[in-house]
Amino acid sequence: METRDVPPQPARRNFLKKASAVFIGALTALVPTLSGLIVFLDPLRRKSQDSDAVLIASLSALPEDGVPRKFSVIAGHNDAWNHMPRVPVGAVYLRRIGDKSVQAFNVICPHAGCFVDYLPAIKNYHCPCHNSSFALDGSIADPKSPSPRGLDELPVEIRNENEIWVKFQNFRAGVRERIPV
Amino acid sequence: MNRLLNWLDRRTGFRRIIEYALYENIPGGARWRYVWGSTLVFCLSVQFMTGLFLWMSYSPSSQTAWESVYYIQNEMTGGWLLRGIHHFTASVMNVLLVLHLMQVVIDGAYKAPREINFWFGLGLLLLVLGLSLTGYLLPWDQKGYWATKVATNIMGIVPLVGPALQRLVIGGPDYGHYTLTRFFALHAGVLPACVIALLVWHIFLFRRHGITAKDPNRKPDEYFWPDQVLNDAVACLAVLATVLFLVLRPWMFHTGEDLGAELAAPADPSETYSAARPEWYFLFLFEFLKFFPGGTEIWGAIIIPTFVMLIIFLMPIIGRWRLGHRFNVGLSLSLLAGVIFLTFLAMTKDKRDPAYKIAVEEARREADRVKALARSPLGIPREGAVTLLRNDPLTQGPKLFAKNCAGCHRYDGRDGMGNSLKESPSASDLKGFASRAWLAGLLDPQRIDSPHYFGATKFKDGKMAKFVKKDVAGFSDEQKTQLNKIIAALSAEAELKSQRDADRRDAALIAEGKTLIAGDSMRCSECHQFHKPDEDASAPDLTGFGSRDWLMNFIANPAHARFYGKRNDRMPAFGADKVLDDHAIGLVADWLRGDWYDPSPELPLAKQGPF
Repeated sequence: METRDVPPQPARRNFLKKASAVFIGALTALVPTLSGLIVFLDPLRRKSQDSDAVLIASLSALPEDGVPRKFSVIAGHNDAWNHMPRVPVGAVYLRRIGDKSVQAFNVICPHAGCFVDYLPAIKNYHCPCHNSSFALDGSIADPKSPSPRGLDELPVEIRNENEIWVKFQNFRAGVRERIPV
Repeated sequence: MNRLLNWLDRRTGFRRIIEYALYENIPGGARWRYVWGSTLVFCLSVQFMTGLFLWMSYSPSSQTAWESVYYIQNEMTGGWLLRGIHHFTASVMNVLLVLHLMQVVIDGAYKAPREINFWFGLGLLLLVLGLSLTGYLLPWDQKGYWATKVATNIMGIVPLVGPALQRLVIGGPDYGHYTLTRFFALHAGVLPACVIALLVWHIFLFRRHGITAKDPNRKPDEYFWPDQVLNDAVACLAVLATVLFLVLRPWMFHTGEDLGAELAAPADPSETYSAARPEWYFLFLFEFLKFFPGGTEIWGAIIIPTFVMLIIFLMPIIGRWRLGHRFNVGLSLSLLAGVIFLTFLAMTKDKRDPAYKIAVEEARREADRVKALARSPLGIPREGAVTLLRNDPLTQGPKLFAKNCAGCHRYDGRDGMGNSLKESPSASDLKGFASRAWLAGLLDPQRIDSPHYFGATKFKDGKMAKFVKKDVAGFSDEQKTQLNKIIAALSAEAELKSQRDADRRDAALIAEGKTLIAGDSMRCSECHQFHKPDEDASAPDLTGFGSRDWLMNFIANPAHARFYGKRNDRMPAFGADKVLDDHAIGLVADWLRGDWYDPSPELPLAKQGPF
């Protein structure tokens, strides 16, 4: 291609043109990007589900000696467009403390969210991921545990003498305070 | 700042890149006619951007595709806008592509040395059409499903490789999960990658050969920056404004449609969808195909379009001859005219076709209904939203009634679907069956032998009709009051949703009515059985009359001893003869009883139905 001389143009007129070209160009790019970003940020506007207490097991299913047992939590669950009335939403450890009293822990490790095991041999909860260990009452057993807090205890209610109802909840991992998610 | 930029420039050379991009020489100066290429690049960028964000919320499987698109469209903040922009930019892009192509041909911009770039452009055109076609299926709604079925079936008639090709594209012998994963991979992966590769070459070759100036001596030369950039930016803004207008049109003109792109009912291979049409920019092909009688579709669908594409492809070669260029221009103008004519023809035919109008109306009703059901507290089950409509009495009841019952019965004088029938009815009208009003009509001496009730059946001169016409006609005022109690009591047996409040309010009256039905004074129990076994009963059991259970059993076998027995008049045993299964009978029963999910329970019954 041959190139020909481009005549100089008045600077002021050029500035206006350049500014409007940049402005309009930015505007056209902004609209589709923003429309996408709003949708992308939608999860931030969603409230987490507040669950009522759910029936987990009967008192007679728990050993008298206070050894914990693991139970699934079956509850209603919303997953985006699906509403499921009864599905497993998590698990809890239940243990008897006294005749009519039960303690419940969420099985999720407060450190990074792994599923905590109960090891009968050492009578401790043990996290298989980063070796946090928790005593029977949920407190941190080994000071070297990376978990910032003990296992998350959940409110328990005994109804009709024998039914164990637990208000199931998950908490934010990795922080000292118990913050529901 | 300057030092930082210098540092960056030494390592990346960005200043030269920007200079190269901005200081392209335009012989004859900036002009509006050069904006089309840029608007197309803009459209593609918009599609990439919005598509990427849609991708983050889309789930390609036959149980989640419609559901996730529904969720984007109706539940996520701004989802309708995002989806609308993506949808309408595709439409606008197809128009711009044709404009761009026409300009290239008319200006002879395909001539040497630009032949290869012309072919790249044609490749891009085909890729964009491919993107439109694959994208149309992804919402997995009735509209996309049936339109795309046509497209893939056409693929199947390609000689030799057709069937195999079709199977590969849809991921099996039938439409399903793999159809969606494959279409999605094509739509969001393969085709965009090809578009980017071709587009880079297209723009590179364009820069190499320079712009095809219309009249280079019109004005002094200018650089691309800033005048042409400004023109291009304004043109892109106009494109964006058009797209936003199309997205917001239902809101601006109160058309009652969804904002943004339409979402029909979920794909259902067992449901007819007579409103099936391809997206408007493929309508000309759809119309063209109608000209080819059975067995010759291959000409209309494949051979002729391929031949036309081939000629367009050869335009740079044809254009070398003196008359070649004129031929090219003439051909493209006539092709464009043909496409416009066929599109116009397809649209006018649809506009004048009452059957198509009904189909569109029904499609919209089902789309609205499934969205209402999806928003109900029960939400969308994991089996997918398609089950919502399949199990919905309001959707299925009228269809089943029209097909199985409307041969004799009527529903509000029509066939259940709202269509008038030529034949006069030969059995009762079942709208409001078992309601107080319906029963009052049945027990009215003036009406019992009208075609609305027994008039066209053999019960016209039966015992019941005689009783009503003789005895009831001569009822004293006190007996009339008692008859009203009987009507309320009998109607309460049905436990109709629409009468729930009335039944509760009139509990005392209903209790009296029940005693009257069972007693001898009003003579019901002479023929009917009511809450206690009666072996001599010769007329239908009134225990639970009109309840779901009663109605289902009645439809299943009206000739059962509990109902008409041997006196049954023509009504088939839909259950006993396996014409309908329990599920279908339940849907008809629920629909006749007005028992379906209603998002606004305070509306009176008359306003709940779709008609």
